[in-house]
Amino acid sequence: MSQAIADKQNTDTKKQNIVSKASNKVNDFMKVDRKDANVAMAHIYVAMIALLLGGIAGLLQVLVRSGEFKLPWGIGYYQVLTVHGVLLGLILTTFFIYGFQIAAVSRTSGTLTAKQRLICWIGFWTMTAGTAMSSVMVLLNEASVLYTFYAPLQAHWIFYLGLTLVVVGSWIGALGQALRWMQWRKENKGQTSPLLSFMVVCNNLMWFVATIGVASEVLFQLLPWSLGLVDRIDILLSRTLFWSFGHALVYFWLLPAYMIWYIVIPKIIGGKIFSDALSRLSFILFVIFSIPVGLHHQLTEPGVDGSWKFLQVILTMMVVIPSLLTAFSLFATFELRGRALGAKGLFGWLRQLPWGDARFFVPFLGMLVFIPGGAGGIVNASYQMNQLIHNTIWVTGHFHLTVATTVVLTFFGAAYWLVPHLTGRTFTKELNKLGIIQSIVWVIGMTIMSSSMHVAGLLGAPRRSTFSDYGGAEIASTWASYQIAQAVGGTLLFIGILLFLYIFVQLCWFAPKGQEEFPIGEVAPNAEKTPAILENFKLWIVVLVALLLIAYSYPIFDIIQNAPLGSKGYKLW
Amino acid sequence: MHLHKYEKYWLVFGVGSLIVFLLITGIMAFHNGSHPPSAKNTINHEKVDEIAPFNNPGVHKVEGKDWDYEAVVVASAFYYDPPVLEVPVGAKVKFIATSKDVVHGFGVAGTNINMMLEPGYVSEYVTTVNKVGEYLIVCNEYCGAGHAQMHSMLKVVDPK
Repeated sequence: MSQAIADKQNTDTKKQNIVSKASNKVNDFMKVDRKDANVAMAHIYVAMIALLLGGIAGLLQVLVRSGEFKLPWGIGYYQVLTVHGVLLGLILTTFFIYGFQIAAVSRTSGTLTAKQRLICWIGFWTMTAGTAMSSVMVLLNEASVLYTFYAPLQAHWIFYLGLTLVVVGSWIGALGQALRWMQWRKENKGQTSPLLSFMVVCNNLMWFVATIGVASEVLFQLLPWSLGLVDRIDILLSRTLFWSFGHALVYFWLLPAYMIWYIVIPKIIGGKIFSDALSRLSFILFVIFSIPVGLHHQLTEPGVDGSWKFLQVILTMMVVIPSLLTAFSLFATFELRGRALGAKGLFGWLRQLPWGDARFFVPFLGMLVFIPGGAGGIVNASYQMNQLIHNTIWVTGHFHLTVATTVVLTFFGAAYWLVPHLTGRTFTKELNKLGIIQSIVWVIGMTIMSSSMHVAGLLGAPRRSTFSDYGGAEIASTWASYQIAQAVGGTLLFIGILLFLYIFVQLCWFAPKGQEEFPIGEVAPNAEKTPAILENFKLWIVVLVALLLIAYSYPIFDIIQNAPLGSKGYKLW
Repeated sequence: MHLHKYEKYWLVFGVGSLIVFLLITGIMAFHNGSHPPSAKNTINHEKVDEIAPFNNPGVHKVEGKDWDYEAVVVASAFYYDPPVLEVPVGAKVKFIATSKDVVHGFGVAGTNINMMLEPGYVSEYVTTVNKVGEYLIVCNEYCGAGHAQMHSMLKVVDPK
C-alpha cells in the first residue's frame, strides 16, 4: 500500500470524523439488548460445557494413543472419540456461533422483536434437547459411531433423532436471526444493509442449504433403518449425502471467524474496513462454493466416476479466490492503520499494531495458523495427492490447525469482548494478560501435536484408531514415537482449555461490572458504494442451486441407479 | 466494483497459480490416467465368498492383461484375507478388494495405495510396486472395537 493512499485515507478519516462524530458516538455505545444478551449467553454456556467435556475426551484420547495409559471402567476409546468429535465439532461450534450471531444481529440491525427472540429461544431449546438425547446415547455406549456416523455401523435411533433436533433447532435459530435482518431491509429501503448482519444471513443460508443433505440422510435413511422400519440402507448414498453437508460444515465454522476478522478486528486496531463491497463479494463466493464440493472427501471411494470427483475438485479450489480477497483485505487494513500511526519502511507498520491486546493478538495468531492450514487443505483436495494422506492422521492434524486453532482462537479472542459485553462486566488488564498467555500455550501445544500428526500421517499412520503395535510392524513403532509427542501437545492444549474457561468464568460472574464495547468497524471513507447486486439473495440462491444440480445430480442418479444390495445394521463396538 | 492496483496483481497471481495447478492435476488425471481408485463394479456383499475373484483371495499371476498380478483381498471385521500379500518387485499389480460387512479402509503405509472398501462395491487400483520391502496394510476407516487390530502385510520381494 502506498504512502499516498494512507495519507489520503488519513485526511479523509479526519473529515469524516468531524461530519459523523455524533453517529460514531451512538455506534460506540450501542449495546446488545439485555433480553437478546440472555438468549445469546444461553448458547454460549452450552458451548462452554461442550468445550470442557470435549476437551477432557481429547486429553484421554492422546493419552491412550501414546500407549502409556488405559481407560478405566470399560470406557471405550471410540466412545471417547465420539464424545470429542460430536461435542467439539458440532456442539461447541454451532452453539458459540449462534450466540455470537444473535448478538451480532441485535447489535447491527437492532434489538430483536419479542417474536424473533422467541424463535431464537425455541431454536436454542430444540438444539439443547437434541444434544442431550445424543449425548446420553453416546454415554450409554449405544452410539460409538463417531461424529460422521457412517452406516452400516448402526447407532441407537435416539442418537440420530437427537442430531436431527440439533439441525432443526439450528434452522429455527437461523430464521430468528434472518427475520431481524429482513425487518431492517424493509425499514431502510434502498440502503445497503449492515455488513455484519448480511454476513450472518450468508452463513445461515449456506448452513440451511448444506444441512438439507444430511437431514435427508438422517430422516429418509438412518432413522427408518435404525427404527427397524426398513431392513437395508444404501451405503454410498448415505455417505454422499453426509459429505454434501460435511464440507460446508467447515465453512460454517470458518465464516463467523471471517466476520470477526473483517469487521471487529479493524475497529479494535483503530482502523477501517478495507472495502464493504469486497467483503460482501467474498462471502457470496463462500456461499456459492462451499457446498457443491463434498466429493473431495470421497476421492478414494468406489462407485463414483473420476470425472465427477475432478469437477468437484475444481469447485473446491474456487474458495481460493475469496480466501485471497480476505487475506488481502485484512493485511491492507493492518498496513493502512500502521501507516496512519506514522509507520515508516516496508514493514514498519507491523510494529504499530496492538500486540498487547488479546482481542487482536489471539485472533491474529489464528490468522497466521491459517496459512499452513490452508496449504494442507489444498494438498488434501488435490485429486491424486489425496491418496497419500486420505484417512491418515495427517487429516486430523490439518483440521486441528484450521478449526481447532484458526477458528477456535478467533472465537476465544471474540469471547474476551463478547462475553463481558453481554454480562455487563469488563475484560480487565490481568485477564487480558492471561488471554495472551492462553493463546501462546495453545499455539505451542498445537504446533507439537499437529506437526507430529502431519508427519506420522505422511508415514501412513491411520486416523481414528486406538493404540496398536500392528503386530509388531516396524513402521508402527515409528508412529508410536510421534504419538508420544501428540500426547505432550494435547496435554498443553487441555491446559489451554482450562485457562480459557477460567477467564470465561471470570467474565461471566466475577470480573468488575462495567461496559465492554462490542467493536464494529466502519468502512474506509474512500471506499465505493456497494453494488446492490451483492445483496440480491434471490440471484445467489439460483446460482447456488444451479451449481449444486450440476455437481450432484448425475453422481446421485448414478449411485441410486447402480445401487448394490443395501446393508443391514452392525453394532461392532 | 473497484479493485486496488495491488489487489489486482495479487488476484492475477493467485488465480493464475490456481489455473496452472488445476491444469497440471487435470493433465495428470485425464492424459496420464492418474485417477484415484474409482471402480464402479458392484457385488452382493453377503455372498462375497462365492463370487470370483473373491472366492480365491490372494496374489495371482495373470496373462494378457495390462497388469501382471492381481492381489485379491476380502476385508471383514476385523481382518484381511489373506493376511500377507507377496509380489515380486517391479510387477504391475492390480489390487482388488471388497468388504463383507461394514466400511473398511485399505491403506498401504508409505505408498499411495489407499482405497475405501464399502459393502457392495469392488475397489480397484493398479500400480507398479518398484521398491523391495515390507509394507504394513492398515484399516484406516473406523469399523468397530477391533479397528486398530485390523492389518496385513504387503511384501515386495526380489525373486532372485
